[in-house]
Amino acid sequence: MFQVRIHGRGGQGVVTGAEMLSVAAFLEGKHSQAFPSFGSERMGAPVVAFCRISDHEIRLREPVMEPDALIVQDPTLLHQVDLFSGLSKSGFILVNSGKSFAELGLESLLHTHPINRLATLPATEIALKHIGRPLPNAALLGGFSALSGEIGIDALLEAIGDKFRGKTGMDNKDAANAAFHLVQEKMRHAATA
Amino acid sequence: MLQQLEGSRAIAQGIALCKPEVVCAYPITPQTHIVEALAEMVRTGELANCEFINVESEFAALSVAIGASAAGARSYTATASQGLLYMCEAVYNAAGLGLPIVMTIGNRAIGAPINIWNDHSDSMAMRDAGWIQLYAETNQEALDLHIQAFKLAEALSCPVMVCVDGFILTHAYERIEIPDKRDVDAFLPPYDPVQVLDCNDPVSIGAMVGPEAFAEVKYLQHRKQLRALELIPEIASAFSARFKRDSGGLVKPYRLEDAETIVVALGSMNGTIKDVIDEMRNEGHAMGSLAIVSFRPFPLDEVRAALVDAKRIVILEKSLSVGLGGPLSDGVRKSLSGTGIKGHTVIAGLGGRAITRKSLMDLFVKAEKDELELLNFLDLDLDIVNGQLEREKETRRSGPVAENVLKSIGTVASRIA
Amino acid sequence: MSLQPIKFYQTGTFTVGNRLLDESQRTVQANMRRTNSLNSGHRACQGCGEALGARYAIDAAMQAAGNRLIAANATGCLEVFSTPYPETSWQIPWMHSLFGNAASVATGIAAALKVKGRQDVRVIAQGGDGGTTDIGFACLSGMFERNDDVLYICYDNEAYMNTGVQRSSATPPAARTATTPAAGAHPGNIFGTGKNVPLIAMAHRIPYVATASVANLHDLEAKVKKAMAIHGARYIHIHVPCPLGWGSHPSDTLKVARFAVESGLFPLFEAEHGEITASQPLRKKAPVEAYLKLQKRFAHLFGEKPDRDTIAMIQAIADRNIEKFGLDSPP
Repeated sequence: MFQVRIHGRGGQGVVTGAEMLSVAAFLEGKHSQAFPSFGSERMGAPVVAFCRISDHEIRLREPVMEPDALIVQDPTLLHQVDLFSGLSKSGFILVNSGKSFAELGLESLLHTHPINRLATLPATEIALKHIGRPLPNAALLGGFSALSGEIGIDALLEAIGDKFRGKTGMDNKDAANAAFHLVQEKMRHAATA
Repeated sequence: MLQQLEGSRAIAQGIALCKPEVVCAYPITPQTHIVEALAEMVRTGELANCEFINVESEFAALSVAIGASAAGARSYTATASQGLLYMCEAVYNAAGLGLPIVMTIGNRAIGAPINIWNDHSDSMAMRDAGWIQLYAETNQEALDLHIQAFKLAEALSCPVMVCVDGFILTHAYERIEIPDKRDVDAFLPPYDPVQVLDCNDPVSIGAMVGPEAFAEVKYLQHRKQLRALELIPEIASAFSARFKRDSGGLVKPYRLEDAETIVVALGSMNGTIKDVIDEMRNEGHAMGSLAIVSFRPFPLDEVRAALVDAKRIVILEKSLSVGLGGPLSDGVRKSLSGTGIKGHTVIAGLGGRAITRKSLMDLFVKAEKDELELLNFLDLDLDIVNGQLEREKETRRSGPVAENVLKSIGTVASRIA
Repeated sequence: MSLQPIKFYQTGTFTVGNRLLDESQRTVQANMRRTNSLNSGHRACQGCGEALGARYAIDAAMQAAGNRLIAANATGCLEVFSTPYPETSWQIPWMHSLFGNAASVATGIAAALKVKGRQDVRVIAQGGDGGTTDIGFACLSGMFERNDDVLYICYDNEAYMNTGVQRSSATPPAARTATTPAAGAHPGNIFGTGKNVPLIAMAHRIPYVATASVANLHDLEAKVKKAMAIHGARYIHIHVPCPLGWGSHPSDTLKVARFAVESGLFPLFEAEHGEITASQPLRKKAPVEAYLKLQKRFAHLFGEKPDRDTIAMIQAIADRNIEKFGLDSPP
């Protein structure tokens, strides 16, 4: 079972991100379970959503305590919330930021985690460019696909298209695709560096 | 058709397949997504021939359903927590009148302190109201139980609550098989009321009954529930035959063969319990579990038959009978009368506290070593409790308990569970 | 409905419907073929104004609805005295659920009829003032604002009579009840309290609101028939004396009701979509004393040393009504 935890703030589409990820896994024929951290519905409040992906039926109902991957939608949470709680040493970390881990004050991660499991991604900028609104979730999922390989970009694009119809769907898919290629490029660069 | 859906959306689709004629709604977290989805289906015509009524309170929601049901319409509503308590009087009334209303409970704690998260305090508070209560373990089962609930309710002319863990199920996306419309139509015939407000055959419904017959009328309510003990398995097996999957029934045993320790629980926590049991079985522990689907009527015989060979029973409850223990334990212990089997009540998951594999594993190991009390509280933070008891000892005006406790533990935004 | 002979015991009052009128102008109650929807043999007290009001109203509604009528009833005297199981006085499909939910139950019945394509069957909800203006008020307001196709009839006897005469929000100032005793410096119910539900109903801008009195049968029936000709939420508030709770003589029920109207204390008016469209001018204006003196609940105002100040305050209420609702007879 592969477990993902998404951290963000109310209004950024954190829960929708987990939902789309679960739909993408479903489309790939896997079992998946997405659920939010069940807070009050307030804009700006810290929000956590979870997604489990497995080849078998998922019966577990506890929150994701030991994630295999973290997606951080809002970098302002980095030093406020215990984001990395339970993350395994081989876990993936994707942070929505144009800055590097060192610039974000997270150099220690570079020593504890394999370099090919870490990425930052300017997902909000990508969203603004393609969607016109600061909704980074689709872009982050695209980046997550490239970083982890846990979910295929085709299934992801289909899931995004299921959630957002028409032009919004196209724009979100464009954002996801752009992020996918950007992270893929980064990973290739990191591998050869 | 197999789909990846939010639980609430799946339940709403299941309800729509049952063709309710009157749906009344009042918003309360966490059931709201269900009635929102139904509102949309009525507006778009996907759910035709249905009146969707936005009412001013839960008391009105169930009262509208009572009127509609008495006038011969298949009626549905949903609520949770404070909403269920607010309609309490009508909950008893619907059962007393024998109206086959189906209501979803998105299980949630009851305040004070106000809390929007999941536990079973709400439906447990209505356990003696005369409604049948079915608890879903997964969203697939939640959907399936609603289809069975209408059939059961209408067969008995008795209202049915389908209890679905708030957020944990209602807000979770998972794969769900949406039944075929034709199958549901064949399984669930149109509502044929046993009593109806009809101008061609006027009756008075709901008149006063004095001591001369009140006990008999109440006993007949009890008889309906006894009859439900037979009907629930029948309906579940008819469902299984038509829809090719098992859902519902009275109880669901899991790995009971040679089990020395058996865990009994309601609702979604059975999933986590099964995972823990598998893990412990792999390590050689003789563990099993029994999920109770039908809490009212309580299947005393089936529970006894499932548990009778065990050494000890751990009853996990998301509800606290303050001053006594747990309501589920009352039934389980009654079913074990005279067996001498040890029963341990464990109150867990109150107000949305996560029930984790780790905590359960520790608990079950303790149970095997016979280290549990009669009444236990899972993951209770005694430092918090004792801190408040200290404050109360020190000063008469110690202030509001909830505020004190929160002050003492500081910010919780950094916690995952 | 079986045809039964009607005996005109009450000749000489307005209640029977004037037999001297042309047949077409006579009341439903004067008609030998009236449905007697609330049949004789029920357990109401002697002189019960509510029993009278309910029969008047429901018979008129039945005639208007072609005898296709369903009623939802709040808990209260009307419910208790009409259905001592296994007997029931109701000749129509009738349902009692709870004290505070008659309006909602009626909404549900109307919704069921609509979905089943039975718009020919009409729905009435009814209750006393407690079940309407107090405990049932939220459900009533909800039914109004949704404009559900229900006629709600409140039989107002100005206190909780079924439980032994306690104050409600319809109890008038100075009236003695079990919870506003005639004791202390300001005996009886407190001035400046209570609510006027017909005016609140109007604030919902529902199609039709009316007040009526058992003392004016023609007017009451006309209002019920008018209400039944309209679809959507409608409200009729009928003033019904309670000999037990008011301490009036059972044979004086209509007299008391008439004085309530003629004094201006209970103005008769109609409103459509929130605007008053008509009011019933006083036939023979009476001082409030004429009304108060007939009732023991106001006895503390009289006695050896009449409480002139309090009586004047009540007269001022009547005078304000006369002005506000234009009740003065046209010159």
